Amino acid sequence: MLIWMIIGMAVVTAVPRFLPVMIVDFITFPKWMDRWLNAIPYAALGALIFPGIMSVKPEAPQIGVIAGLVGILLAWLNIHIIFVVIGSIASVFLLTL
Amino acid sequence: METQAIHPTSSSTRLHMVRRGMIAGLPIMLGYLPIALTYGVLASRTGMTNLELTLMSILVFAGAAQFLAVGMMATGTGIIEIIIATFVLNFRHFVMSFSFVNSLKGIARRAKIPLTLGLTDETFTMSALYKEEANERHGSFFYASLILSAYLSWVGGSFVGGVLGDVMPARLSDSMGVALYAMFIGLLIPSVKRDYKIAAIAVLAMLINFVCQLWGMSQGWAIVVGTVLGGACGIWLLGEEEGEKC
Repeated sequence: MLIWMIIGMAVVTAVPRFLPVMIVDFITFPKWMDRWLNAIPYAALGALIFPGIMSVKPEAPQIGVIAGLVGILLAWLNIHIIFVVIGSIASVFLLTL
Repeated sequence: METQAIHPTSSSTRLHMVRRGMIAGLPIMLGYLPIALTYGVLASRTGMTNLELTLMSILVFAGAAQFLAVGMMATGTGIIEIIIATFVLNFRHFVMSFSFVNSLKGIARRAKIPLTLGLTDETFTMSALYKEEANERHGSFFYASLILSAYLSWVGGSFVGGVLGDVMPARLSDSMGVALYAMFIGLLIPSVKRDYKIAAIAVLAMLINFVCQLWGMSQGWAIVVGTVLGGACGIWLLGEEEGEKC
């Protein structure tokens, strides 16, 4: 039974992923649509960060927010993304000691 | 001889693109590993065999949905509900795939389908920051290698988590939950520094997502609505040439 659940999950995940390849060939987007699609990554990043980051420690949402601010600071100083990640992990670790 | 040195052979450019893709995928590999390990541990505790939990990672490749499925199985939810919840949670990839495919105009269609199958929040947002590669020779090798390195880290981590059980001290693995959020921040900030309008787009998407969830919308739909509407303000905010650039 579990295998059918896995296959079902795989299908409903895969179809929305590749469907745009089929659709895009049949339509040409107007310029404004291009700008919309170009803005999607930034909007997605925003929606993925907040409010999700507050659930890093669901009982103490400020910990996720503080770790996020540390990440913003490190990224602002042009520090490589790997160290941004490590810095945020370290802040959560220290805040929960 | 000289011309050969100036124009590298086709296979060496391919290898070069693969290497660059792996380097670009490295932060995702690091971010996925602890989360995949945790997934493996949780799934095996719920009673899934190693084969089943690894197969789910191979076929579904969507972290949040896999955690959701494991959680719902633990509470005895039916298969149909779990599949519907997966669809709702992963529908955001439909929107992302549109944006991804639109930026891959220089890449052959037969390469686009396997690439889109590997789209996750992380591989999509990372690829979005490497747009020039789509117009370079063998650009598809760059994206394929970026996605494959993330994929192997996810599948491998799940398996190892299932086999070894709790391999990490709880406090460390708890702290690592912030890794992917930090990666999203690390991806967003350089673009914001280049153009403050991008911050407006991201913050608007955050607020829309937040308000939708306050109103009781499921997390999956709220992220879709936040992404689509937040992105829509880019129609006015991003100029013609900026739209091309970013």
